[in-house]
Amino acid sequence: MRLTIKTIARAAALAVVVIAAFSVSAAAQTLLNASYDPTRELYQEFNAAFIKYWKGKTGQTIAIRQSHGGSGGQARAVIDGLEADVVTLALAYDIDAIAQSGLISAGWQKRLSQNSSPYTSTVVFLVRKGNPKGIKDWADLAKPGIQIITPNPKTSGGARWNYLAAWGYMLRQPGGTEDKARQFVTDLYRKVPVLDSGARGATITFVQRRLGDVLLAWENEAYLALDESPGQLEIVVPSISILAEPPVAVVDKVVDRKGTRAIAEAYLQYLYSPEGQEIAAKRHYRPRDQAVAARFASSFAKVKLFTVDEAFGGWQKAQKAHFADGGVFDQIYKPGR
Amino acid sequence: MSIRAQRRVLPGFGLTMGITVLYLSLIVLIPLATLPARTMTMSWAAFRETITDPRVVASYRLSLGASLVAAAVNAVFGALVAWVLARYSFPGRRLVDALIDLPFALPTAVAGIVLTTLYAPTGWLGAPLADRGINVAFTPLGVTVALIFTGLPFVVRTLQPVIEDLDPELEEAATSLGGSRADVLLRIVFPNLFPAWLTGFALAFARAIGEYGSVVFISGNMPMRTEISPLLIVTKLEQYDYAGATAIAVVMLIISFVLLLAINGLQSWARRRVAP
Repeated sequence: MRLTIKTIARAAALAVVVIAAFSVSAAAQTLLNASYDPTRELYQEFNAAFIKYWKGKTGQTIAIRQSHGGSGGQARAVIDGLEADVVTLALAYDIDAIAQSGLISAGWQKRLSQNSSPYTSTVVFLVRKGNPKGIKDWADLAKPGIQIITPNPKTSGGARWNYLAAWGYMLRQPGGTEDKARQFVTDLYRKVPVLDSGARGATITFVQRRLGDVLLAWENEAYLALDESPGQLEIVVPSISILAEPPVAVVDKVVDRKGTRAIAEAYLQYLYSPEGQEIAAKRHYRPRDQAVAARFASSFAKVKLFTVDEAFGGWQKAQKAHFADGGVFDQIYKPGR
Repeated sequence: MSIRAQRRVLPGFGLTMGITVLYLSLIVLIPLATLPARTMTMSWAAFRETITDPRVVASYRLSLGASLVAAAVNAVFGALVAWVLARYSFPGRRLVDALIDLPFALPTAVAGIVLTTLYAPTGWLGAPLADRGINVAFTPLGVTVALIFTGLPFVVRTLQPVIEDLDPELEEAATSLGGSRADVLLRIVFPNLFPAWLTGFALAFARAIGEYGSVVFISGNMPMRTEISPLLIVTKLEQYDYAGATAIAVVMLIISFVLLLAINGLQSWARRRVAP
């Protein structure tokens, strides 16, 4: 093939057209939401609803892209340059880490109501049909002959909620002390045969490989598992559990550069609207809105809940004491004990 | 005009060497150099504490041990597979040949989930084995099984072309000169295959050390027992401890590099012995 002026000119013209096509498609506003794994179905539905709402309100057509992964991994991706306009993660600790890198301004959790957590969940037990081991509450987990499935709190954000829920339960029993809670949690983890690296992995271990007698899971994950293997499992709600608050935040540096702040903020606000709350409730996340909560009252068992702030003084403290290297969780597995 | 005088028979040395150096720097050297750079941000004492933590040491032992065993198993059976594929023709040979590459193509997480389902105490293979008191999934044995799976193509694919090039007439000549079957195998076949065989072993081993996706599912990740080093690196990252993560990575890198260097040395020694 010979390169003539004509072919070069043709190639150049083609390149111009391609580049132009790309820049036109980029002109439509696009929002990227970096979220964690179990929200996939929730945001699929919510994004469609928001796009319609925004079109009706402003006449603007927008596109929303979703990215899912482990909560900590998503936070690291954003810190390392993933251009997410909003983050909707599993725990405040991960958004704190983004804030420490300067991408989100400090005090982010006060910017939206309810600790910036538009929906909540809690930790429940998933057991085999008929509850053969008679598990009713946290104390039953410590009984001999019970195998517990829960992921590794060092690698899974969801697993940290499980761990703190067990700790907080013991702390709130009559005569409960830090020492007793520590002993209780140590006993529980001695009964864990497999520490999967993520929450979905633990669910597979329990549901499909039939390992263990009880799975500690987020309520929404437990319902999802229930729907997927009908007639095989049951949910047991303990007397007291943790209020899991998955927070959301606008990534300031990204939206200011892309000029998407207005949409991003409206997007998160819409999570608090009756429509957003209803989608969350349908996906088994507990809504904050009283009216929506009342309508879905039958879907969520009544349970006494405590927050991380109440029981542990916030995520930073909890992380440092329990999950950092050399923390309480590591000491459970210290050799020679 | 000394440069002209040194002109090589094959032209293009300067250009290709330049591109090679640039390419290797961009793809290998610079990314690897950032590792120690990140590690430098921690103090020597903190570095030592991180890499000698009993849990981390236990993970080196598992990662290296399981990788060596897996590479050794693949070296034996992979050589057999390569021999059969290269020397015999049988119905379905092409199919088997294509099958070998699947562990390359399959996303490692999928491999991990499939293997775990199969070898879990309730799985097809796991249940009968568990009845005989052998647990595979969630034990170091399970880790080894996953590493054998991902490492298989390396030995087969490095040996196969060498066996194909090995002229059967050579063996026939040896036999006609009175050599026994053992003589032919030990003095003709083995020395000719040895360098390539070592390469396959080294590749399978190196791949196994870094393998994460397929192992985390089957290992069960129990501290001190079935935690592989890459998992501990992820654990550190999960705490935003980049320096700690790279510290473990640097140790792994050094161990792997030394081992690969030793294997390469052995290889060139073997090659010199084979060459007449």
